[in-house]
Amino acid sequence: MTLTLALVQILNGLQFGLILFLIAAGLTLVFGVMDFINLAHGVQYMVGAYFVAAFTAMTGSFLYGLALALPAALAFGLLLEVLIFRHLYDRSHLDQVLATFGVIIFLNQAVKFVWGAAPLNVPIPDALSGTIEIADGMLYPVYRLVIIAVGLGVGLALYLVVNKTKLGMLVRAGASNAAMVSALGVNIRLLFTIVFGVGAMLAGFAGAMVAPILSVEPGMGDNVLILAFVVIVIGGIGSIRGAFIAALLIGLVDTLGRFFAPTLLKLLLDPSTASQTGRAIAPMLIYILMAAVLFFRPSGLFPSKQ
Amino acid sequence: MNDLIDLDAAPALAAPVQARRVVILPLLLFAIFALVPLAGLWGSQGFVLSIVTRIMVLALAAMSLDLLIGYGAMISFGHAAFVGLGAYSVAILSSHGITDGFVQLGVALAVSFVFALVTGAISLRTKGVYFIMITLAFGQMLYFLGTSLAAYGGDDGLTLASRSTLFGSKILKNDIVLYYVVFGILLGAYLLLRGIVASRFGRVLRGIRENPVRMEAIGFAPYRYQLTAYVIAGMIAAVAGCLLANQTEFVSPAYASWQRSGDLIFAIVLGGLGSLHGAIIGAAVFSLLADILSHYTEHWAMLFGPILILVVLFARGGIGGLLGAKS
Repeated sequence: MTLTLALVQILNGLQFGLILFLIAAGLTLVFGVMDFINLAHGVQYMVGAYFVAAFTAMTGSFLYGLALALPAALAFGLLLEVLIFRHLYDRSHLDQVLATFGVIIFLNQAVKFVWGAAPLNVPIPDALSGTIEIADGMLYPVYRLVIIAVGLGVGLALYLVVNKTKLGMLVRAGASNAAMVSALGVNIRLLFTIVFGVGAMLAGFAGAMVAPILSVEPGMGDNVLILAFVVIVIGGIGSIRGAFIAALLIGLVDTLGRFFAPTLLKLLLDPSTASQTGRAIAPMLIYILMAAVLFFRPSGLFPSKQ
Repeated sequence: MNDLIDLDAAPALAAPVQARRVVILPLLLFAIFALVPLAGLWGSQGFVLSIVTRIMVLALAAMSLDLLIGYGAMISFGHAAFVGLGAYSVAILSSHGITDGFVQLGVALAVSFVFALVTGAISLRTKGVYFIMITLAFGQMLYFLGTSLAAYGGDDGLTLASRSTLFGSKILKNDIVLYYVVFGILLGAYLLLRGIVASRFGRVLRGIRENPVRMEAIGFAPYRYQLTAYVIAGMIAAVAGCLLANQTEFVSPAYASWQRSGDLIFAIVLGGLGSLHGAIIGAAVFSLLADILSHYTEHWAMLFGPILILVVLFARGGIGGLLGAKS
């Protein structure tokens, strides 16, 4: 029984980690290639979720909604890039942090203005709404398995693009030395825009995928953003491989920590203290993990800058 | 570190005119603060007092952050965590019946000292963007700890039974007394920080801001100086937290959230980095702006965000820069 319960938690952690990866992948590339710290990446996730909610309500089908939400998220990301972010690439990190913080403040309120403060619900598409028996007597929602499969698929596709194509080669080169790539005659601005657009779309895609299992609400991107930062810091800025491993690590540690910390502490403390301390410690685990990683490797596990 | 902080953010003490401004502006600010309670003559005292008290508390926290960002080029995005530590020190002790202000302050200072020393020691091993993010993460860690403290209100926060007592008397219940206590602490902290940045320690810190490699080459270990500044700034922010808890008679994890850290950074950039009094001006303008905008529309954040972006894009050097307090 405990074993199957643990299996469920591992699947949940995997699913959470893959969603984090979709967000962190764009963030780490934007960061690695452009040296641009984009706090507004989290709202891109939120906007993706809102888009899919709106389009699903409009078309009556989650699939159509998703198909419309993806280009919308891409267009929205590019719009932000042209309007604001483009003017920030040459500025100090402090300016970048502040201006993108302003974008968050604006958009968190703007979605409230447009869609209201109440959370929106997106129904899980009928074909995927069932459950599947993963072990005897243990049911697991199909939709979450779909998220895992899609996340792995996107991860694999990203890996192939980044490591096997010419575009990927330029992106990797840009992450390790953007000035040199530019000097070799590559249109670095265009590369920036492509990377930015893909990153924004991936974050929007992550938001769209979780919309049916979470409530779509203002500010939903904020905590995810911090977690994505933790992921790319642990993984090493600019490294897709690092982001992938760190995202799974964070997803699993966070999910399993919340589940097992109270249980484990019960071995040492009386039940009520144990569950209280456990609940207090569990959300801190990933930050402790990050601190530990950075203590031994200040540039993360797979640093891409030389 | 030139890519982190504009060189022109350095306080210019060379020209005599500017030197005079550096004295006049803060004098003017503190004179205004000292006279605000006279607003009682026009009958709206309670309202004005509470707003200006809050401004001064925010200014205290912002000023301590200015020591890190403006003078040390350490862009901490988790400074609100220290405000939270101070506020919770007051609230938790008070919920156990320990209302003595000095004990609460002592605990807040001790706790923030330890937290700053440990997190600073780890964070300062990293540089640049990593530093921003790791301080952000440590701040969030504390925030989540606050939300899971079920015994002390958790997410909802905790209302104080009463304000702190001084020498066993409930003198802080009087808003004017609290006002002048906050005023006195702000003035004291300002003078302390002015002394620190003018001292040898402060000059080394500024040297590290400009070029850590050269400072190392002439025999200074940046790490130790930066860590000391980090601890000092954290402890001052914790004092601000104690005052905040007393002013609002309420604490919540939101005090430590990263949005509040962002507000603090905005305040000092708005007022002009690296001048200390710029942080006070920035805190005042920030608070008044938020108050005024929220008075007109519940969607005030939709105006506030773009204002922030415009300030960053176009008003380099902040208000202090416009007033010419810097070169």
